[in-house]
Order: sequence, then structure tokens, then C-alpha cells
Amino acid sequence: MVGPPLRAEGLARRFGGLTVLDGVDLTVDAGETVILLGPNGAGKTTLLRILALLLAPTGGRLCLFGRDATRAPAALRRRVGYVGHEISCYPELSAAENLAFYARLFGVADATARIARLLAWAGLDGAGRRPVRAYSRGMGQRLALARALLHEPDLLILDEPFSGLDPDAVERLQRQLLELRAAGHSIVLATHDVERAAPIASRLAILHRGRISWVHDGRGADAAVIVAAYRAVVAPRA
Amino acid sequence: MRDALAILAKDLRIEWRTREGISSVFVLGVLLVVVLTFAHDPSPETAPTLAPGVLWGAFVLTGLLGVQRAFLLERENDCLAGLLSAPLDPAAIYAGKLASNVVLLAVTQAVVVPLTGLFLHLDLVPRLPALLLVCLLGNVGFASLATLFGALATRVRAREVMLPLLLLPLLVPLLIGAVQATRAVLVGGLAAASDGLGVLAAFDVIFAVAGWLLFAYVVRD
Repeated sequence: MVGPPLRAEGLARRFGGLTVLDGVDLTVDAGETVILLGPNGAGKTTLLRILALLLAPTGGRLCLFGRDATRAPAALRRRVGYVGHEISCYPELSAAENLAFYARLFGVADATARIARLLAWAGLDGAGRRPVRAYSRGMGQRLALARALLHEPDLLILDEPFSGLDPDAVERLQRQLLELRAAGHSIVLATHDVERAAPIASRLAILHRGRISWVHDGRGADAAVIVAAYRAVVAPRA
Repeated sequence: MRDALAILAKDLRIEWRTREGISSVFVLGVLLVVVLTFAHDPSPETAPTLAPGVLWGAFVLTGLLGVQRAFLLERENDCLAGLLSAPLDPAAIYAGKLASNVVLLAVTQAVVVPLTGLFLHLDLVPRLPALLLVCLLGNVGFASLATLFGALATRVRAREVMLPLLLLPLLVPLLIGAVQATRAVLVGGLAAASDGLGVLAAFDVIFAVAGWLLFAYVVRD
């Protein structure tokens, strides 16, 4: 069965009595980069963890690549890459050791060559043998992206990937994300940083109070227009 | 199995590199053995009845420390999310963590058992195979339960308090069996320890299977 990389219908998530997501509908097509905006506490991280199959929704339906995500999560995990707020790499191991560990878990073929290519792609080939504990925030973020790309996922889910990066690192990450989109990867990216996200967006969406409140075509979108729309959606009800 | 071995190898590599877990467990284990032995100052006749309490008291307290450390590795940088985003059966994570806890406890036992023999003037060499069997069964039972509750405790506040509170009451049958079996081995021999060994073996099977089945519900939201 063939379907879009991601289709969420009425996704809901409650934590005890607190409703964080209240009926999220979102579809992401192949080669599309969807930027998810929203104020703090809007539910962006919860939504991304559900899309990355790390958290089960309490309502609604999630299909990845045309398959019910609750039925075959292990098979679907091979097609999803996730970068959360933290880098999910062991600080006492080097970048190469971390990637080798994850390569074993994902069953990556020809892992040594793949790891060398990814370290070079992330600009970490010179630091690949150093413990991750010694990495800067930007280096760690690039390593996290390399880890998420290790198994060549079709769908990449990124939570605040620009946070803590200097302007050069942001530019590099933007370039890398554009390369991935051109290579056919689908990307869902949550951020507060409209100016940095707008140039790479195919589509922008605002998540507010647990729902998608606004969607806009991202191609050629002006950051100022997006910020104005964001304020119009979020501020009156904030 | 392949995934569990990868997790075991990763944990052992980190432990070898930092030696944080093993050094704290080692220091605590030696301290407990020394204090308990000198506090009682046993005679050669009473030493075999004191030794099981010294050994298992030291194992439990050092084991708690070791198990907490094992899951702290996964909390740092949210590495647990990395593991859970991989196409693994969560039971493989349980098996890998269980194996690394068993290895850590076995290293502790390798230090604590000879020290106990030395301080209590017990000749353990003739009883070593039977004593190793008791230690192994006790180790696997402790690690089976502690791995499950160690994962659970990482998800709650006041985890340092929660782990002993959850774990120690459930360990009582294991500790009774282990102390009985150790005393029987030291006084009589392996044949005399059959009741205690039966308790340990049953505990191991029940909680290893329970951990295997329940781990997915413990680590996933």
C-alpha cells in the first residue's frame, strides 16, 4: 500500500487531565519540508515525538508511508529519522563509535563507509575520534543529524534544530536540509526561528492550543508576512 | 540477541572508559565488608553464619548503586530516545541492560567474596564452585528485577529514592533464598543448599520473563 510519508488525522494526546494535542491533521508529501511553528507549550515536541513513534497518541490516526503506525512500528522506524532537543549520543563515546553503535541497531549495510561519509558531510571528519563530551553545541547538533540520517530515512523529524547554533552553523544546516529535500527526503521541522526556517520551507503551519491553526505555502514566503500571521493567530488568544 | 549484544558492548565500553560505576561500587562493597566484619568480630565457629549476611548485604547495596548508574547512561543526552527510535524489540534493550548489570555485579562479587573470606578467615576454595553457583543465581535474579525497576525509576521524580522503595520489598524472597543457600554451602555443601537454590532459580525465571514481557510498557510512553 502506497501513501504519503506522513498522514495524521485527528491526532490527540492527553497527559492525565491535560490535553496537549486536540485533533491535529497534517499530511507531508515526499520531498516536502513542513515547518511547524508555535508558541511554547503549543504541543510541537509532543506532536514530533508521536510522529517519530516515540509516543503513542491517545486519539486519532497516524499513517506513515500508507501504513498504520500502530501496527508495524519497527518496520516504519527504519524509514524515520528523529532529532530531538538533545543529541541522543553517548558523551563518553566518540562520534564514530556512536554512529557505529546506531548502525548496528539499524542494521546499516557497509557501516564503516557510511559513517565516514556522514562524518565528512557533517564536517566532523576531523573530530570523529574525539569523545562527544568535548563537542560544542553546534558539533553535537550536526552529529545528531548525522545519527538521524545514518539509516537513510525517508522521513526526517527535527525538533528545534537551529537552537544554540552560531550563524555559520545555521547556514550550514540550512544548506544540508535543502540538500536532503532535493534528494527526496520529507522533513518536518519544529522551530521558533521563522527567519531561519522560512528559506527552506515547502509549507509552514502554526500549531496553537493543540491544533494546526494556520497553513501557508512556504515557497517564496516572506519571513515578515509569516511573523505577522503568527502574531495574528497566536497573540489574540495567548 | 544481536541488538542486546550491541547494547551490552556499548555499556561495557563506556564503563571501561569511565570506570565510574565500577569504582563507586567497588569502594562501597569493600567498605561494607570491612565494617560488617569488624563490627561483629566473629569466631571461627560463627563466621560461616555471619558471612551470608555480609555478602548479600554488600551485594544489594552496591547493586542498587550500579543499576542506577546503568540507566543514567541512557538519560544523559536523552540516549533512550535514540534507542527507542531504532527498530528494536524493547525486550532486546532489557536483555542488553540486564547483561551489563549482571557483568557489573559479577565484578563486584569477584572482589567482595574473596575479601569476605579473608576478613572472616574462611577457606572458600573447597566451596568455590557451589558458592559461585549461588552468587550467579542471586546476581541474575537481582539484575532481572533491578533492570526493570531501574528503567521505571528513571521516568519518575526522586528516582534515587524510588528505586530502593520499589525494589527492596520484592527482593526479600531472593535475599532469603540467597542467604539460606550461602549458609548451607559454607556449612554443609551444595547438596544442603538445594532449597535455597530452588528459590533462587524460580525467582530468576519469574522475574527475567516478567522483565522481558513488561519492559516495553515501562520504557515507552
